[in-house]
Amino acid sequence: MSDHFVRTQSSPTLLPPSSRLGVLQWMRENLFSSWANGLFTVAGLYLLTLAFPPIFNWAFLSAVFTGQDGSVCRADGVGACWAFIDAKFNQFVYGRYPAGEQWRVDVTALLGIAGLAPLLVPNRLPKQWFVGFLLLVFPFLAFVLLYGGTAGLVVVETSDWGGLMVTLVVAVTGIAASLPLGVFLALGRRSKMPVIRILSIMFIELWRGVPLITVLFMASVMLPLFLPEGMSFDKLLRALIGVALFSSAYMAEVVRGGLASVPVGQYEAAKALGLTYPQMMSRIVLPQALTTVIPGIVNNFIGLFKDTTLVLVIGLFDLLGIVQSNFTDPAWISPQTSTTGYVFAAFVFWIFCFSMSRYSIYMERRLETDTQR
Amino acid sequence: MNDTRKVVIELDHVHKWFDDFHVLKDICLSVREGERIVVVGPSGSGKSTLVRCINHLEAHNQGRIVVNGIELTEDLKRIDEVRREVGMVFQQFNLFPHMTVLENCTLAPMWVRKMPQKEAEDLARSYLERVRIPEQADKFPGQMSGGQQQRVAIARALCMNPKIMLFDEPTSALDPEMIKEVLDVMVDLADGGMTMICISHEMGFARRVADRVIFMDEGEIIEIKKPDEFFENPENERTKLFLSQILED
Ligand SMILES: Nc1ncnc2c1ncn2[C@@H]1O[C@H](COP(=O)(O)OP(=O)(O)OP(=O)(O)O)[C@@H](O)[C@H]1O
Ligand SMILES: [Mg+2]
Repeated sequence: MSDHFVRTQSSPTLLPPSSRLGVLQWMRENLFSSWANGLFTVAGLYLLTLAFPPIFNWAFLSAVFTGQDGSVCRADGVGACWAFIDAKFNQFVYGRYPAGEQWRVDVTALLGIAGLAPLLVPNRLPKQWFVGFLLLVFPFLAFVLLYGGTAGLVVVETSDWGGLMVTLVVAVTGIAASLPLGVFLALGRRSKMPVIRILSIMFIELWRGVPLITVLFMASVMLPLFLPEGMSFDKLLRALIGVALFSSAYMAEVVRGGLASVPVGQYEAAKALGLTYPQMMSRIVLPQALTTVIPGIVNNFIGLFKDTTLVLVIGLFDLLGIVQSNFTDPAWISPQTSTTGYVFAAFVFWIFCFSMSRYSIYMERRLETDTQR
Repeated sequence: MNDTRKVVIELDHVHKWFDDFHVLKDICLSVREGERIVVVGPSGSGKSTLVRCINHLEAHNQGRIVVNGIELTEDLKRIDEVRREVGMVFQQFNLFPHMTVLENCTLAPMWVRKMPQKEAEDLARSYLERVRIPEQADKFPGQMSGGQQQRVAIARALCMNPKIMLFDEPTSALDPEMIKEVLDVMVDLADGGMTMICISHEMGFARRVADRVIFMDEGEIIEIKKPDEFFENPENERTKLFLSQILED
């Protein structure tokens, strides 16, 4: 069919073809490469032109940014009532935490960030110190700072906590507790010892089979019935325990998937070198298992973060709860108040969840380029 | 035989079953210090199972296995003691992909032998030199060729200073041009006096290093002989059949 071709001179080494495209060429290749593609491009642009101007108008052009009360937002044709958010911002973040004590919340947040930041980006700082601080020291510091009662800090009851602060306390506790608990449950479920295996399976399936809202109700309504008279458990603490156990059951299943993806050869090589079971798990198996399921883990974190809004059903006011409770403030009643409030709450949740999602993608890339070509 | 060397591996009427399947049948074998044994036999004959019983990656069901004076039972402490002195190299290398070559090599010395990091790294580098890849220490396994990976796996096992090395078809997952570089390292090790049990169908290697060749079939040891005798005048019909098959290609 084709002629043979035998090169008589050695072929020169060439630069790869330039991959930079002009604007027009880029558009032709990406937006109008075929009839269908072109149609979708046009339709998409049309939908954008329909949706964007009204949204932009609502959020910026006809929005109200300042005002003493809701009267400014009651006028006809007014867009978002950002003045409402502005006026209530402090409450949205701290709930009814006393104004003079709010610095304690800020310090706690800063300590948490200071402990976490060095673990998130590659650097040469000693990681184990920061992990130790976060897991062993920070929870106590946070408790003392937020609740008080020692070191000359006045007690701030958890019933006064609210807003973003409660959202973060519930979410961070849930996240911090569910990962280690989930790992232990997943290991338990694969254990060769029947008692441990069966208990793990029962625990996981029990919590996975119940909606979180039921767990929270049971924690707040039923638990006190079983406790002796006069003994009471803090409501927030009960919610924290409920959320932690609930999410650890989910985490266990994600981790189990990761454990199953580690080839038997890895276990065998570790055993053949004389590593003990804990060494094999912590050095060889878990690092690989957890890396492969980072997307699933972060997915759980995001779900958990959003599920914190359910604490409203037991009378705790997280960010969304406190925003909603302000809709009925007579001073701020207006047609736009609730819409603006929901958009604001959604935006705050989105910021946190989107950051987690981006970070997970960054981590995956980093680990990939670390170990493979 | 008046060999005065110490017996380091002793299998005494060992049986093993996978469910109903009798995979090892009445295996008796003793290996002396410094001996090099090559195990051959058709696929599924139980070679891997036999070797994996020696470091208890598989548990035998009947009989006695004594390695380095320690009898293998279900006692985890003793199993770990045995494994510390027995290195193993696998067909699929089984390097730890999330660690660099150097970390692969220093892991066990540091965590099992409690060696300080500096010392473990020096040791690892000297063994990487011995398997002729000193310059690859900071690479990850995924960045290396199969032959290089297998040599790292050998170095990793050697870093524990084992008394015995087990090889389970170390070259059969490799491209032909890489087989030699791994065999060279193994020959080197054999010449250094290491006690070795190798499952390998590399006949040149067997002739060159083996003190004895073991032929297994259907879970039994059929023949044990010096390599020359084994290859030149096998007695058993099954051995002859097997040799004619592998020497064909
Ligand atoms: N974990 C296991 N469970 C059940 N049967 C097994 C298991 N491992 C091996 N076997 C069976 O035991 C027999 C011996 O296996 P083994 O791996 O020891 O053979 P082999 O001689 O090493 O073969 P090959 O040359 O293919 O590696 C085979 O029939 C195999 O199917
Ligand atoms: Mg085998």
